[in-house]
Amino acid sequence: MLEITNLHAKVGEKEILKGIELTVNAGEVHAIMGPNGSGKSTLAQVLAGRDTYEVTAGQVLYDGKDLLDMSPEERACEGVFLAFQYPVEIPGVSNLYFLKTALNAARKHRGQEDLDAVDFLALVQDKTKLLGMSEALLSRPVNEGFSGGEKKRNEIVQMAVLEPRLAILDETDSGLDIDAMKAVAAGINALRSPERAIVVVTHYQRLLDYVVPDYVHVMSDGRIVRSGGKELALELEEQGYGWLGQEAA
Amino acid sequence: MSTTASEIETLTSQEYKYGFVTDIESDQVAPGLNEDVIRLISAKKEEPEFMLQWRLKAYRHWLTMKEPTWANVKYPPIDYQAIVYYSAPKSLASRPKSLEEVDPELIRTYEKLGIPLREQELLAGVAVDAVFDSVSVATTFKEKLAGLGIIFCSFSEAVQHHPELVEKYLGTVVPHSDNFFAALNSAVFTDGSFCYVPKGMRCPMELSTYFRINARDTGQFERTLIIAEEGAYVSYLEGCTAPVRDSNQLHAAVVELVAHRNATIKYSTVQNWYPGDKQGRGGIYNFVTKRGKCAGASSKISWTQLETGSAITWKYPGCLLIGDNSVGEFYSVAVTNNYQQADTGTKMIHIGRNTRSTIISKGISAGHGQNSYRGMVKIQKGAENARNFSQCDSLLLGNQCGAHTFPYLEVKNNTARVEHEASVSRIGEDQIFYCRQRGIPTEDAVSMIVNGFCKEVFRELPMEFAVEAQKLLNVSLEGSVG
Repeated sequence: MLEITNLHAKVGEKEILKGIELTVNAGEVHAIMGPNGSGKSTLAQVLAGRDTYEVTAGQVLYDGKDLLDMSPEERACEGVFLAFQYPVEIPGVSNLYFLKTALNAARKHRGQEDLDAVDFLALVQDKTKLLGMSEALLSRPVNEGFSGGEKKRNEIVQMAVLEPRLAILDETDSGLDIDAMKAVAAGINALRSPERAIVVVTHYQRLLDYVVPDYVHVMSDGRIVRSGGKELALELEEQGYGWLGQEAA
Repeated sequence: MSTTASEIETLTSQEYKYGFVTDIESDQVAPGLNEDVIRLISAKKEEPEFMLQWRLKAYRHWLTMKEPTWANVKYPPIDYQAIVYYSAPKSLASRPKSLEEVDPELIRTYEKLGIPLREQELLAGVAVDAVFDSVSVATTFKEKLAGLGIIFCSFSEAVQHHPELVEKYLGTVVPHSDNFFAALNSAVFTDGSFCYVPKGMRCPMELSTYFRINARDTGQFERTLIIAEEGAYVSYLEGCTAPVRDSNQLHAAVVELVAHRNATIKYSTVQNWYPGDKQGRGGIYNFVTKRGKCAGASSKISWTQLETGSAITWKYPGCLLIGDNSVGEFYSVAVTNNYQQADTGTKMIHIGRNTRSTIISKGISAGHGQNSYRGMVKIQKGAENARNFSQCDSLLLGNQCGAHTFPYLEVKNNTARVEHEASVSRIGEDQIFYCRQRGIPTEDAVSMIVNGFCKEVFRELPMEFAVEAQKLLNVSLEGSVG
């Protein structure tokens, strides 16, 4: 589904991604771990199309198509979803309206009719129930005045409604207490399916106790330096990231 | 009296249908202003003596005044002797013959707003001498309203049919000497709207100048007077959501509202005059004085405005809160794009006890637009327990525009409570990216964010107006980001 080859990207004059190689197939869950500043979030943002980052070399194929050639909204409509590390507040715009606009944009892209208000509401209620999340969040303005945990849950609700084929979760576990993290993890697990690929970017191993990955990759200084199965995450938990520096040196 | 009245009625409506071309020669006055011009205007309109005297008094006072310079706007000097002060109604011959002669940019805007073809012609001032459906609709409304004792007519008609009301209220809220532009308007105004709602009557429909199409050509000096007697309620809509083609550069209108005991007046404006082109050439100077007087106890006046048009907007709809427990409200969205300038806000003068006022102002600047909020809150000595809450938010789109806030507070009673909150934010790259990542294209994302920003004001607008206002806002800001 996703094939990244020799991806380089910089912000300003600073090169952050220095040759990423990664292949993700449908049905798989990949975890990308690594210390702060290793380029994890940059990778997530570049895949979503953030123009603050300039891709200087390499290729990203999504279903055989050139992902880097698409605008952020095209990528979204093609089924690429990024759960933001810092979900953005949009004052005065209700969550429901926002989500409906997003869903209908994707439907339009697929040549489908707009979903009307009644069907849409039914769909959203269905999803929030499935995820065990509060409906009260839906009528509030997008992320405005939400707690950290509410914001992250809201990302998962959006993901559930938009049903992406490739979901990238950027530090969705950061700043969550254990109950909130369990709820978010349950949400992610509910969305695992043979047609969908999920890439979880995280600093800590603890989310992976609940969302068990098929593959774990370790990033350091803009590259993936190790890949392995879920046991790699446990190894990191024990050893920390200190060995990375030594290995690179 | 009544025979004369109906004669005039027939005459004016005939003139509207057929009379333009033949009458037009005699209806034009040479440019310039002097007492003779004012006498001529008054005579043309067959006004009673008190009107002429009032106009002359205003004119003589105007001569002693200087054009204000304190507003945060820049424009070349206006030559007041180059203006034609009486030219209404405009000649059919000088209008575009068909929509094909109208600026295609204007037509595209109409299309985006979803305005039917016939209305497009009307708004663009196309010379159509067929009687529009809306004209007959207007007449039907007028009869229905008359049955309830509500007077809703042009200012000229009011001067003819209800001179006692005009004499009693004219200039009682905005005196002839109020300010430079108000004085000029008082001297030379040619028409406008008049509304009187009798005691205890709740006006059953939104009154709008839109229903009085013939008021569109009243020219640059409009005058509106609305009176709500004890316990009455009226909601008045001014303007329409499409840009109006107009050849007058200077607009100096005056609006006066009077609310008696327990009466409520809700005045909503959507102003979309020609803003000039993308380089800032042309466009209307909209210098307006609007004020409401809460004369009676527990009366309420609420101003809601969406200002998207004009090259320059200079406008401070205010409330004189005289009656105890009276309430003044001001909800405003002002948009400046390209080279537009807006200096707008409100004045809340608390005089009575327990008077309350609320100010919610939203300024949006894009392109090279400059947007200033200027608001005065004055608490007089006798205004025990007066309350004011002001909130001024500015949103910047792009980095060449500006937002400015000038609050003036004057508190002379220590039981008063006055709160002011202000914020300036830039429409965030991260907000737009967030929307785009969810599949929403940039233009839609901008309009969603801006509409969210304006929500507190738009919900004060009557329903249909609010929907159109949102559309208009989107059109006004099109292409301003990305």
